[in-house]
Amino acid sequence: MSATGAFGLDVLRIADPEAAIEEITSGMRRVAREFRRKGGVLGLSGGIDSSVVAALAARAFGPSNVLGVLMPETDSSDDTLHLSRLAASSCGVDTVLENITPILEGARAYQRRDEAFKRVIPEYGPGWKAKLVLPSVIESESYRIFSVVAQAPDGTIVKERLPLAEYMQVVAATNFKQRTRKMMEYYHADRLNYVVLGTPNKLEYDQGFFVKNGDGSADVKPIAHLYKSQVYQLAEALGVPEEIRSRPPTTDTYSMPQSQEEFYFSLPYDRMDLCLYAVDNNVPAATVAETLDLTEDQVERVFADIASKRRMSRYLHAEPQLVI
Amino acid sequence: MANDKASIEQELRQFLADNFILDDGGASLAADESLTESGVLDSMGVLELITFIEERYGFSVPDEDTLPENLDSVERLVGYVERRLTEVGAA
Repeated sequence: MSATGAFGLDVLRIADPEAAIEEITSGMRRVAREFRRKGGVLGLSGGIDSSVVAALAARAFGPSNVLGVLMPETDSSDDTLHLSRLAASSCGVDTVLENITPILEGARAYQRRDEAFKRVIPEYGPGWKAKLVLPSVIESESYRIFSVVAQAPDGTIVKERLPLAEYMQVVAATNFKQRTRKMMEYYHADRLNYVVLGTPNKLEYDQGFFVKNGDGSADVKPIAHLYKSQVYQLAEALGVPEEIRSRPPTTDTYSMPQSQEEFYFSLPYDRMDLCLYAVDNNVPAATVAETLDLTEDQVERVFADIASKRRMSRYLHAEPQLVI
Repeated sequence: MANDKASIEQELRQFLADNFILDDGGASLAADESLTESGVLDSMGVLELITFIEERYGFSVPDEDTLPENLDSVERLVGYVERRLTEVGAA
């Protein structure tokens, strides 16, 4: 969903949010009818995307036909549960609490991840926190290769580049979280004869910011056509509480706080949205640079990063392929 | 194993062919062709390439060297490996 007009900070502004909401909720009802399901289940994270999808589902199916599943685990931030409940209560949706830590422990998700961290930082152990970070596209021309940033119990920070095997093991182990959550959502969807609602926005969907068969899986993705800034606009129209709308986007996946820019995107979401729009609408890098107060070289690097992520995300989007 | 320019280029082409499914053993890859823009390498592929270079040639690739000007074509890779081998040998 993109607005028309000259490229600028307001180019993605939705002219009629109520009409957009009506179009989406009508589509959600159509999909549920097609699948002969009578409501929707979604995982609530306390973030803007799942809060908006919950509000849309409440309008589409009626609040009593929507279930929000709260699935915290050991590394979840302290405010996750509070914000998730706030999102549900603001649109009248019931919730169920499913602490997924025991499942993750059973799968040895934390242990497998920590073994990889320990090979890179030998002193890493109980009481340490960690996250993965990428170099900035804006500040450097270097390839975007992950490092681990770890914090010792005494507050000391250590940063090391992750070799390939350790990087892949950390990601593979961490992906248990998204896949466990999806398994739990489908449990409730099967039990209630509901559809599972996915919560990616256009930026995440297009750029592959999801786990295959984890948060990338769903029966319907009601906001996958909306830029993140448009999701915020609909949040306001849907009455999503200010506390949720003002919270900076986070991955809420690693034990140290991690922004989405550190982990995946080149720029904060509002500027990333505009760059994605520019790529899709052939807006020259020079125009984007002027609007976003960046250099043309920086914008070209963001464009290249967008193209690279699109190539990588082909696998994530692909259905199982038949070869004959 | 020899570390002359021709051997380095052959080894790098073979590595790219073996790991990124190039049909002709990497022979058709132009020496100055961008490995990222042509879709041969993504960021994980770059990490794989760095790991190969470090293990095969016995030097580390510092963060400040992980730049397209060093790693984004066969020609640049060969030049970078030769340079680093000289630096390490001289140290």
